[in-house]
Amino acid sequence: MKILLVDDSRTIRNIQKNTLKTLGHEDVIEAADGFEALACIAKDRPELMLVDWNMPNMDGITLIRKVRETDKALPIIMVTTEAEKSRVLEAVKAGVNNYVVKPFTADTLAEKINQTMAKVKATAGTPA
Amino acid sequence: MDVKFINPFIAAISNVFQTMVHAKIKIGKPMLKQSDLVSAEVSGIIGLSGDVMGCVVLSFPGDVACKIASAFAGTELTMKSPDFSDAIGELANMVAGNAKKDFGDHLASISLPSVVIGPGHQVSPSKLSPFLIIPCETEFGGFNVEVAVIPNKKPAGKSAQSVAVGAV
Repeated sequence: MKILLVDDSRTIRNIQKNTLKTLGHEDVIEAADGFEALACIAKDRPELMLVDWNMPNMDGITLIRKVRETDKALPIIMVTTEAEKSRVLEAVKAGVNNYVVKPFTADTLAEKINQTMAKVKATAGTPA
Repeated sequence: MDVKFINPFIAAISNVFQTMVHAKIKIGKPMLKQSDLVSAEVSGIIGLSGDVMGCVVLSFPGDVACKIASAFAGTELTMKSPDFSDAIGELANMVAGNAKKDFGDHLASISLPSVVIGPGHQVSPSKLSPFLIIPCETEFGGFNVEVAVIPNKKPAGKSAQSVAVGAV
């Protein structure tokens, strides 16, 4: 499964990559802002995207809105310090599938990824 | 400064350092920063705007910053490592972001982090509010979190105003 990590902090991307590795996901691509992420998606659509909120050039919420204009199916998990209820609601409205608040443990991130993918799989298997 | 803006930082510092740095942390009694007090060697700075204005500075001695950044990143970092300032900035980002969720009705936005490295520098807060220093002690050594936050007079939802933070 190809996973796109979008965060301006390389430290956070490395922490996320290590967690994903323990889950058996090694096909990881990285972007440092929304523009880079859009370019990655256009080139090779990932099967899961983890997105930070506060980033330079194009922030995460703008990125998610842009992605959802053309792709309703890509599973997206927001991983951010933004923890207020109003922010979470804004992200859900924009189209995120799940939400992880920083600071996070590896277990929490792993749980949310598994939860998200299980839900996506179940939905895909549901007859229309 | 209102205690309702300080207690969230105390909780956030504990949460971030225990979760991401895997370090036990002892937090001392907050005190007013004297204007002539020189900051430490490494400062991670985040501005706050929106319904509040101010900033938070994570201020470390160099050796402590290296140990903490290394524990956070999971790899040995020195002040010359390309990812050193990224790690310090992200810790500041997490502390500020985690604290602001507990500001009650005051919805705040945070800036992207800035990191200043070099001995003898000083970070000056806005004239609107002095810094309160929250002393922290860990197994890696001590550091300070400096906080200056006041409510913005503008009602919620209006344009945000940043407070200038100058490295002297």
